Amino acid sequence: MSIMEIIGGILIITGSIFLFLGSLGILRMPDIYNRIQAGTKATTLGAMSLILGVGFLEPSWLLKILIIIIFIAYSNPLSSHALARAMYKRKWYPLIKGDPEKMDAYREVNTNKEKEEVKS
Amino acid sequence: MVYILFIALFFMVVGLIFAAIRFIKGPTAGDRVVALDTLTTIGVAGMVLLAYVFERFIYLDVSLVYGVLGFIGVIVIARYLEGAL
Amino acid sequence: MQTLSFSQKLSRFIISWILLMMLWIAFTSSFVTQELLVGVFATMIISFFTVNLFTCCTLAILSPVKIFYMVKYIIVLLIALIKSNFDVARRVLTPSLPINPGIVKFKSKLPTEFSRMVLANSITLTPGTLSIDIIEDTFYIHWIDVKTTDPEEAFKEIAGQFEEILLKIF
Repeated sequence: MSIMEIIGGILIITGSIFLFLGSLGILRMPDIYNRIQAGTKATTLGAMSLILGVGFLEPSWLLKILIIIIFIAYSNPLSSHALARAMYKRKWYPLIKGDPEKMDAYREVNTNKEKEEVKS
Repeated sequence: MVYILFIALFFMVVGLIFAAIRFIKGPTAGDRVVALDTLTTIGVAGMVLLAYVFERFIYLDVSLVYGVLGFIGVIVIARYLEGAL
Repeated sequence: MQTLSFSQKLSRFIISWILLMMLWIAFTSSFVTQELLVGVFATMIISFFTVNLFTCCTLAILSPVKIFYMVKYIIVLLIALIKSNFDVARRVLTPSLPINPGIVKFKSKLPTEFSRMVLANSITLTPGTLSIDIIEDTFYIHWIDVKTTDPEEAFKEIAGQFEEILLKIF
């Protein structure tokens, strides 16, 4: 085994373990925002590392593999952000231990908007 | 080398099963969309790995298009849930 | 949409032409003359018609200082991403799920929309945070383990190191 194959193998194993941890997080976390957090971070690095590992094993594919990595790094946070905002606008509020007024700074924006709509 | 691929595929399949459980169980629509997003990302990574296993360069294009479609799908569902569509 | 002078339009046209051409070469992964010629014309037409839409950057972004800071930014982001993954792994594998979620807000000094989007995406990838909304210059961040609700301290804790570099790029 050459050095490239060893690096590629290590990257592939790490990536698959992080992908597994991401979906375990989705299964275990108590509410949707925490699920989005665990899902986004772990699957982004997991997929990037696994795909880069394949790039080390087949160096002639490297350009297209870089395109896929850049696309994943760009699209994954965007979709999770869109989803989180949509969930909040649908009034599925996050699970909060303690005082919601203090710990949830975004709620005031939404309640103010509702009051304006009622007035007009 | 073969064993490395088997270990990686094992972890990915277990991950797919966990995400599918959340997809079936999920109390709200949002949980299902999160599970779908995870399934798509694991699917893209799996297709790249299979491209290496079968030595087909063209599978990379398939995985890229699958990633684009999954991304657009999640964005569209999110906009629909938000009420802006 | 603001009105642009001719030189600004030309600068945007050239930068999006260069970026699209790089994307074309990476997609086709071949250096045959015919494919390169088709790529030059196709990317020229696309960047001509989208000169008002792609507002990310002008030719000034190609200066060496900015490229150095971009490389530095990518390295800082990768380190934060790896840290956040071990953070997620620790939280998921602990049986009692050590979380204390909440939403905090802070203000950012970044000037353009595009740089705010980059900052929001980076915040999503750093340990324990998820950007929910941006209204004008206020960021609303879901934090999995709230340490402080004060905007200034939260800003330092979450986005300080990224904004420092981004201000030098944009």
